[in-house]
Amino acid sequence: MEHSLKTTGSPSLEELYKSPAFPTKEQLHKGPIAIIECIEEIPCNPCEASCPKGAITIGESITNLPEMDYEKCTACGMCITACPGLAIYIKDYTYGDTKALLSFPYEYYPLPKAGDIVQAVDRQGNYVCDAEVIKVRNPKSYDHTAVITIEYPKEYFEEAVNMKRIK
Amino acid sequence: MIVTELAIVGAGPAGLSASIEARRARVDVLLIDENARPGGQLFKQIHKFFGSRAHKAGIRGINIGTELLRESEELGIHIWLKGEVCGIENGHNLWVVRDRNRSEIVKAKKIILATGATENAVTFPGWDLPGVMGAGAAQTMINVNRVLPGRKVIMLGSGNVGVIVAYQLMQAGAEVVAVLEAAPVLGGYGVHTAKVSRAGVPFYVSHTIKRAFGTNHVEAVEIVELDNSFKQILGTEQILDADTVCLATGLTPLTELAWLAGCKFNFVPALGGHLPIHDDKMHTTQPDIFIAGDISGIEEASTAMEEGRLAGINAAQELGYISEDEAKIRTDAIWDSLNSLRSGYFGQKRRDSKDLILQNGKR
Repeated sequence: MEHSLKTTGSPSLEELYKSPAFPTKEQLHKGPIAIIECIEEIPCNPCEASCPKGAITIGESITNLPEMDYEKCTACGMCITACPGLAIYIKDYTYGDTKALLSFPYEYYPLPKAGDIVQAVDRQGNYVCDAEVIKVRNPKSYDHTAVITIEYPKEYFEEAVNMKRIK
Repeated sequence: MIVTELAIVGAGPAGLSASIEARRARVDVLLIDENARPGGQLFKQIHKFFGSRAHKAGIRGINIGTELLRESEELGIHIWLKGEVCGIENGHNLWVVRDRNRSEIVKAKKIILATGATENAVTFPGWDLPGVMGAGAAQTMINVNRVLPGRKVIMLGSGNVGVIVAYQLMQAGAEVVAVLEAAPVLGGYGVHTAKVSRAGVPFYVSHTIKRAFGTNHVEAVEIVELDNSFKQILGTEQILDADTVCLATGLTPLTELAWLAGCKFNFVPALGGHLPIHDDKMHTTQPDIFIAGDISGIEEASTAMEEGRLAGINAAQELGYISEDEAKIRTDAIWDSLNSLRSGYFGQKRRDSKDLILQNGKR
């Protein structure tokens, strides 16, 4: 079965690169940025207003795909919990010599704690590598969508997008 | 007999929104719901809603429900709970069974039917085993009653209901073994399927359930691949270990009262089947009966709330509480927002079907 959003449930890299909000490889490696995996025209626009820098544009028609201006994105993370689809995360390739950083939305209990070793997963939920939890943010304003920040080896930079649920 | 200016049947997102608009215009409103609590499906929707900020996007359904209830309380809207509307006569008289033990007749000048929808079932050998249930039933169990229906769930149907409930079952602590879809492509929003996929759940397109096994409850499920004409391909069967099967195979509008009232219908498969014809004010072909929400076509809470507002405003106008000009301005503004909700890959088909209904409503 060919891997694609409408057959296996998660977007392929090819589909993502075609969308207007997904960074090029150069943009991805430059420093901390927000990555939006929203490739389907659905009526939704909270990300646009969540960005204090005006980096995300949906425009007049709310089914437009988000467009990201990577010159303006400072990776502040405001968009992560504003997205009802949990489709936004932040990555930083320049975080360390050997480690990268990933902040992603997470809505399962129990939440991990800083210092925990968790399993980073790819878009199909496959184990990618072990990762250390750096930060867990879950203030009231996030409305129960916690943001977990993990550090993990740079060689897995592209694959990792989230973590395995703790059972 | 109880007399009211406007009776609204169903206190879900559509009925609540209709009652709030009408009451704001000072209409005497009676809102009737058969459940013990108002809010319809909103209190099961623990996920953040899509839509534009104007449609409360990013807010969880349960909180939208709480907000609507707070507003209706502030406005002093009269609500009958545990009130089943069992009949409708002369286009004005509702027969209501209250608390399952007494009958009451409500005579209303105008009626808004916001009755919602019911889940479709599909059948297969073993579908009567305990453990096979509607996805909506499972959602009620986990999110309203805090009961986990099972540990290993198979979801049949990949529309938004199927993938949202699959995600929420995992949040509640269950494992989702598979999501099956009879069509060759998945139905729900990609952001929902992606969320379920990265939790490690496999999706099987062109697959259905052949049978469920078990002595006293579901213990295993045999799935099978389907060809292009939805016929089972022999030899492709697989057996999956599961104790629960959720059916997310579509919804059917609850139209009985509209039939009884003599409303004219049209058949619109894309929106759930036989639907009362209505115009842009949500007026049916009966002079004093309006509809709103899933009864007028299966959509989402965001559109149901807008349709409720349309019906509430226009009922208030016909009762003389809002001028024709004002009702027209507000109706047009709501249509702008409905049209934007009904655009894009998912919305266009619904918009085309709605346009067809409106064309029929003009005649």
